Amino acid sequence: MRADPGLTRHAGRLCEFRNKFKCMEDKVREFLNSSFPGAVIREDNFRAQQSFYIRPEMVVPICEELLSNDALDLKYLSDITSLDWLGLQPEKAGRFEVVYNLYSLTHKYRFFLKVCLPGDNPTVASVSHLWPAAEWLEREVFDMMGIIFDGHPDLSKILTPDELEGHPLRKDFPLTWEQPQFSWNKDQPPEVVK
Amino acid sequence: MTVAERTLTLNMGPQHPSTHGVLRVVLELDGETVVSARPVIGYLHTGIEKTMESKLYHKALPATDRIDYLAPMSNNLGYCLAVEKLMGIEVPEKVKWARVCLAELTRVNSHLVWLGTHALDLGAMSMLLYAFRERELVLDVYEACGGQRMMTSYIRIGGLAHELPGDFDKKVRKIVKVVGERLHDYERLLTKNEIFINRTRGVAVISAEEALSFSLSGPMLRGSGVGHDLRKANPYSGYEHFDFDVAVGTNGDAYDRYLVRLKEIRQSLRIAQQAIDGMPIGPYRAHVPGVVLPPKEDVLYKMESMIFHFKIITEGFKAPFGAVYQAIESPKGELGFYISSDGTNKPHRVRVRPPSFINLASLPRLVEGRLFADVVCAIGSIDIVLGEVDR
Repeated sequence: MRADPGLTRHAGRLCEFRNKFKCMEDKVREFLNSSFPGAVIREDNFRAQQSFYIRPEMVVPICEELLSNDALDLKYLSDITSLDWLGLQPEKAGRFEVVYNLYSLTHKYRFFLKVCLPGDNPTVASVSHLWPAAEWLEREVFDMMGIIFDGHPDLSKILTPDELEGHPLRKDFPLTWEQPQFSWNKDQPPEVVK
Repeated sequence: MTVAERTLTLNMGPQHPSTHGVLRVVLELDGETVVSARPVIGYLHTGIEKTMESKLYHKALPATDRIDYLAPMSNNLGYCLAVEKLMGIEVPEKVKWARVCLAELTRVNSHLVWLGTHALDLGAMSMLLYAFRERELVLDVYEACGGQRMMTSYIRIGGLAHELPGDFDKKVRKIVKVVGERLHDYERLLTKNEIFINRTRGVAVISAEEALSFSLSGPMLRGSGVGHDLRKANPYSGYEHFDFDVAVGTNGDAYDRYLVRLKEIRQSLRIAQQAIDGMPIGPYRAHVPGVVLPPKEDVLYKMESMIFHFKIITEGFKAPFGAVYQAIESPKGELGFYISSDGTNKPHRVRVRPPSFINLASLPRLVEGRLFADVVCAIGSIDIVLGEVDR
């Protein structure tokens, strides 16, 4: 495959983009390291997007501190989502990953706080008392991935039917088994293939 | 028994015409006042995020049309930009311009449907017929481009599905002219309409601080006076080259959201006009062998293109290990795609940040303590599409 001019141009633009937010990136790193020493396990920068892997018990203190920090102004919770690393290399750090997507309206800067959770009984503290928006987002993560948010006022199913067992976005959710049964598939659930 | 104890639980939906789909709201009423409202969703859950995990990157694209079926091009654009970011693809200028033009027409389309149905909810029936008449013009453009009126899948990874149709600019210019003129009629029908004002002004109010804590986006956020627009804040697909204003409201009520959306239609027409006037000449797809499908006309005559075409269709391309997030300003708000790749040819996880879902979460806050009749107005002013709420 020969080098494409488009690719180099894109890489250049990402560099430019990263330089633009370099100062914000440093500020966030400094904030995390000075206020919460030892909270950040590792950092990751992919395609000019900064992620901080933090320890699960530090989520609420960090978010509280961010909400009261007017200089950084990272107060907009854009999204909460989750990943399942079953059978893949990142599983060593923890099977599940919860991603908090935070945005600053004044600095136009976005970064990610990530938390790795173990495979059995994944639990993290809820941030719904800080952002009302987190209430539904956490319910969705609970419903689809089975992650329990401690302190959530009403952690119930939101998208899937009440009679559905399991959490559909987990990688070991059986795909060949129809649940709840509507039509043809009357067999027993198959063996789960990992 | 006191008055406060005699509350009535009323089930609204999921087959109620004013809930714009299959939204169910369990309301607790004290007389005509809403004590509590609990939206129940999930009736249209189709597992789109899970489906996309088992598809090649190219083949996951049609699923995005079905997320917000009133704004298919915006969804295509968001997904394609995310995959392009993941793969490090830069698309030709012409593609950017065409995508901007189509995304803005999509905004016009989505806002027209909203305008028609919202006015219908509030009793202005003729508005629906007018709005759908103008929407046909946009759907004609969709049909000319992608061959379908709703599920277009026209914007593809690395470019467009086909060359733009020959009369594309003529059709877009007609939309700009016709919709621009008829917006005056709509304003005459609604903006100064006593009944419409009484039904919407001061209804479903949310302050700027609360809007931010509820993570609202799009016209919901701008109606409350926060001038945040991703097209200006983090320009994507060449939006930095276009001249447009961000419509901002002041009071954060349903009437202001109406004004914001009407202004947005005007701005979208302005952008579409600029995109047509300045449309560069060039290829309609990036040249990245092995990742972007080669043009169909090359596939038939060039050996190399045919091999790449075959390889991409059968085994796709391998994405580097990592996760990207790309947000765009869809008609409903911030539509984001979080794509996590495990290094194989299928996405490990695709998360759609659904603007309707997050905006709908503020419904209890908008209606509690208000009159029952305002619930319909509040649902309408959020502008939800249940396909996107439930995915």
